[in-house]
Amino acid sequence: MSLQDQLLQFLLSGITLGSIYALIALGFVTIYNVTGIINFAQGEFAVYGAFMAITVFQESRLLSGNVAVNLGWSLPASALFGVVITALLGLLLYRLAIQTARHASALSMIIITIGAAFVLRGAALLVWGTDPSRLPVFTKGSPFKIAGAILTRQSVWVVGVTAVLLVLLYLFFNHTLTGKALRACSINPGAARLMGINTKRMALLAFGLSAAVTAVAGIVIVPSTFMTYDRGLTLSLKGFVAAIVGGMSSPVGAVVGGLLLGVLEAFSAGLLSSGYKDAISFIVLFIVLAARIGGLLRGRAIVAEQAGL
Amino acid sequence: MLNQIRRTPNLLALIIVSAALAVLPLTTQNNYILTIFILVGQFTIITVGLSLLMGYAGQISLGQATFYGIGAYTMAILSARFELSPWLSLLAGVILAAAVAYLVGLLIFRLHGHYLAMATLGMNVILFLILTQEVEWTGGPSGFRGVPDLSLGSFTFSSDLHYYYLMWFFTLIVIALSLNIVNSRVGRAMRALHTSEVAAEAVGIDTNAFKLKVFALSAAYGGLAGGLHATYLGFMSPGSFTINVSIELVVMAVVGGLASVWGAMFGAGAVLAIEQYLRTAIKSLIPNASGEHEIIAFGLILMLIMIFMPQGLFAGLVTAVRQRRTVFRKP
Repeated sequence: MSLQDQLLQFLLSGITLGSIYALIALGFVTIYNVTGIINFAQGEFAVYGAFMAITVFQESRLLSGNVAVNLGWSLPASALFGVVITALLGLLLYRLAIQTARHASALSMIIITIGAAFVLRGAALLVWGTDPSRLPVFTKGSPFKIAGAILTRQSVWVVGVTAVLLVLLYLFFNHTLTGKALRACSINPGAARLMGINTKRMALLAFGLSAAVTAVAGIVIVPSTFMTYDRGLTLSLKGFVAAIVGGMSSPVGAVVGGLLLGVLEAFSAGLLSSGYKDAISFIVLFIVLAARIGGLLRGRAIVAEQAGL
Repeated sequence: MLNQIRRTPNLLALIIVSAALAVLPLTTQNNYILTIFILVGQFTIITVGLSLLMGYAGQISLGQATFYGIGAYTMAILSARFELSPWLSLLAGVILAAAVAYLVGLLIFRLHGHYLAMATLGMNVILFLILTQEVEWTGGPSGFRGVPDLSLGSFTFSSDLHYYYLMWFFTLIVIALSLNIVNSRVGRAMRALHTSEVAAEAVGIDTNAFKLKVFALSAAYGGLAGGLHATYLGFMSPGSFTINVSIELVVMAVVGGLASVWGAMFGAGAVLAIEQYLRTAIKSLIPNASGEHEIIAFGLILMLIMIFMPQGLFAGLVTAVRQRRTVFRKP
């Protein structure tokens, strides 16, 4: 493989990886925009999405082998099941914890979502154990060749699903009344309430939507990598860094941030050292924070914070 | 220093706690209890710092185990590889931990919002990678062996009993120092900061400088606990300095109540006790269970306390007792 082909290969795998980060970052931004909360349990949604789908798709042994499940659902039905159940989990998290503590300080909210992440991770360990599991690839067949690089069919699925989801979200946020109401809440919750928007319901919706989007990320990657109960934290961190790079408040920024981070990670793992691959995103985070540009896309949130809003 | 402590009932509490801790080893021949108490002392040192940071600077660190790790490995590498005096190595670990925190804080505190939480998490991930990757220096995943014992003149700290007294000597110094800070001008500034950052700035408090100092102090405590951990066990592995340990420290601080020095000791003790209990309970409940099931309990504790008792379990209990007393006093 020539250097050029190698670089192209890094770029392709970076975009695939970046699409995953982009979806998780989108989840972060959706909740942050509407509620101002940084949800540390975000990555757990990806884990649950994947495990729920796996459980109904193939023969699974749950609760340390005490319960055997063999439903054998089709792949699309399993994926849908994973997304729906995870969205319900998101709603539950809001109802049980966030809404009950809605007068808590920002610090308390962070601790609550960290607690939620631990409960979810612990429960995943209890139900699915420590064994890694995965789904089969969505479509079988030989990988595509682009110039000298290889693109697996699953990568096409990952990037394709991300793109479709982005278009759907764009349409939802810009062309439906509910989507516009959600955006109104993120711009000015007080004014939104005065206009008759039920901000609590919008926050609930944001949690459900965010959980669903992140669950999709979990489901599209499990054919290419194994899922384990403890991957949520790493996914949360990567998604958060992507969201910060993208300015924290903009969905477009989140996607750009995710792709940038994915590409950067793929290149540095390939060219420098794969041992420190996971450190790359934090070095990026520190650089972004040091540059104090509040995200490459000039986040509105930072500006608003500085103005004391 | 004593002047400021004397004004409060803290001096009395300090004397009583010291006396109780001094006689404890005389009442038990059980080495297990001694080692648990050494752990409580060690985690109290870190939790006090975290409690000050969360309670006064209103910032959360999810990577406090980083400083603990920096202290431990600095102590180990300097004293074992470079044969520097163990006391100097311990000091070096404390200073290095504080310096790292200062640098990170310098970047973070200029931004509003809760970037410190994620940045410290990131710091923890980076430290863990360094500890497992740089095998030549750190011993890699299998750990570091052969950290020398501390000694005073011809006396060498070698048994659990010796380290029990040494650990609690430092723990009580940390508690006394922290009580003193809390009740000083700096402490009042920190409380103002917590109440309202804008108001604090308006009366001329440099809020960023204070946050930085508190963060560096909390890191120094972490470094101290790490160095002591290294010399006490003589061995350590990267697994002791993971994000889960950092979160466990947050649970300790939350249980003890933010901004509460005595609460931190309570929190460290309570969480370690719960952890020991759960490990045995889960083993008997699910015999083939592997992994860290106790994190469910920790997660629930965090959520419940923050939702229903944001001032912390310790402060909540103290208030409840006081209210009871006033109720009884009324004729």
